[in-house]
Amino acid sequence: MLYRECGVFKSTYAEDMAIFPLPLDKWGMGILLIVAFLVIPMTADRYLLTSIMIPFLIYSLSTLGLNILTGYSGQLSLGHAAFMAVGAYTAFNLSARLDLPILLCFLGGGLMSAAIGSLFGIPSVRIKGFYLIVATLAAQFTIEWVITHWAWVSGENVLGAIDTPPMEILGRSIDTPVEKYLLTLVVVIVLTIFAKNLVRGKIGRAWMSIRDKAVASEIIGVSQFRYKLLAFSVSSFYAGVAGALIAFCHLGCVQVTEFELLLSFWILGMVIIGGMGSILGSFLGAGFMVLLPIYINRVVRMMAGVVPSDILTNLELMIFGGLIIFFLIVEPYGLARLWLIIKGKLRLWPIPY
Amino acid sequence: MSMNVDRDHILVEVEDIHITFGGLKALNGICMNINKGEILATIGPNGAGKTTLINAINGVCHPNPGRIVFEGKDLTNMRPHHVASLGIARTFQNVALFKGMSVLDNITMGRHSKIKSGFFSQGLYWGLGQKMEIEHREAVEIVIEWLEIQNIRETPTGALPYGLQKKVELGRALAAEPKLLLLDEPMAGMSLEEKEDIARFILDAREEFGTTICLIEHDMGVVMDVSNRIVVLEFGEKIAEGTPEEIRNNQRVINAYLGTDGH
Repeated sequence: MLYRECGVFKSTYAEDMAIFPLPLDKWGMGILLIVAFLVIPMTADRYLLTSIMIPFLIYSLSTLGLNILTGYSGQLSLGHAAFMAVGAYTAFNLSARLDLPILLCFLGGGLMSAAIGSLFGIPSVRIKGFYLIVATLAAQFTIEWVITHWAWVSGENVLGAIDTPPMEILGRSIDTPVEKYLLTLVVVIVLTIFAKNLVRGKIGRAWMSIRDKAVASEIIGVSQFRYKLLAFSVSSFYAGVAGALIAFCHLGCVQVTEFELLLSFWILGMVIIGGMGSILGSFLGAGFMVLLPIYINRVVRMMAGVVPSDILTNLELMIFGGLIIFFLIVEPYGLARLWLIIKGKLRLWPIPY
Repeated sequence: MSMNVDRDHILVEVEDIHITFGGLKALNGICMNINKGEILATIGPNGAGKTTLINAINGVCHPNPGRIVFEGKDLTNMRPHHVASLGIARTFQNVALFKGMSVLDNITMGRHSKIKSGFFSQGLYWGLGQKMEIEHREAVEIVIEWLEIQNIRETPTGALPYGLQKKVELGRALAAEPKLLLLDEPMAGMSLEEKEDIARFILDAREEFGTTICLIEHDMGVVMDVSNRIVVLEFGEKIAEGTPEEIRNNQRVINAYLGTDGH
């Protein structure tokens, strides 16, 4: 009853093929955007913006990138964090050395990451599954090594750390949390719409066909080489931009250790928990992995007096791990599928007949 | 009409192809033609090389030695995706649909090579990107209507029963508007009713779209009713070729395949 197609008459294919064919979805998205653009910037405190919203958005973007590669195209990768590092360090160099406008730096970071990502994607034409994971691990280690050993990359810093120069857009400096949040939000929204358009069109179908049945997809006319490399480069582009955002809008000063293998695992975890092959899933997965630990931490801290502190820190991890397992058992296809099921139920609720 | 060699009528020429897998000679010197607008059936016992023949035509395996010519173009060493762009589509013996995608997306995949829009126009869903998507959606809807599967448009194909999956796969191949359609056992494992359904679609496809069809089928009744010509393979060799009538009375075919005295 609350959520239904009934009474929504579409008379053209263009209407049927819109991203949100139902009015309720359009309204929901509109409200969400109003909250994101107006309510949060006006009411949120520094902590909510810098520690929750900005990382949530950035990791969503990065997860979206990996989802394009793993969820849509079926190619496994454990080098995603390294591609984020490429984006961060490239954007830093473009900004610090060439003094380019900040958006161009982000774009450059993404493009550089896309180039390197597609280079490491070449093995995917011949190998798949676990073997491809090992090949992408090579990307992770090679890139980390290059950044720590080639001092030029990090501007001759001994630790390989970069301190991002101040940002400016059209002469207006971006330095307060609200401004950084809005910049991140705009970048994430633009790239999300772009990704949504890609995956619902010819390219997305070709990616999914490779994932579902490679032989049939090749016989239909999909060049495996071209589309796998395209998936790697688009995915790495998103990782690169996310990395640049982490450096410029989130942390301000980053080291290579921010982008080590563990982060690759985390992002893969976000993809799996959120839902493979789902744009919404990327956001839900990132939300789960970024927000949940924070709230678990708050709840656990309330028990500070009762439980000894050494157990307390481990308790956090245990609850988090338990919740991951719980959600994977409840819905192995991820939170996005859970949302679809809820939507399906809402079509009849509360009057089932 | 068996040896009526008029080159204008020939769509595919298969010239003395050999294909071996290790020591096994899957195809051993096959020569045959597929004429424009005909329905050619390929029959033979299991392991005769029927599927290998289709695989050779659409580039999954490459004959050595031998040559395959399609409309004057040499297909012999072409990659499958390249062969597809010339207008050759196929279905598979074991359904090879994209299980996670909807029926609509599966059939639209058939038109992949026809959708000509660039990366950015698709990403922005602007201009050519949007125009192409809508244009091809219309073409796909025609196929969906024709196959009478409107009601399952949005269903992921993995969730469909076998008979419908076969139908969707046929739709995917037809959506490509191929000049040559290769059907590898389109009716395997179907009920009589479903077989009649598919047979009707095969005949209609030829009538309405002028598609040339080469099919592999084990159901002799269907083969005799539907096809114009039949090629019989056994152990990688062609043992007979001709009209259904000629094949029915060919002693070698009867011995090899149909059974010696019609039990």
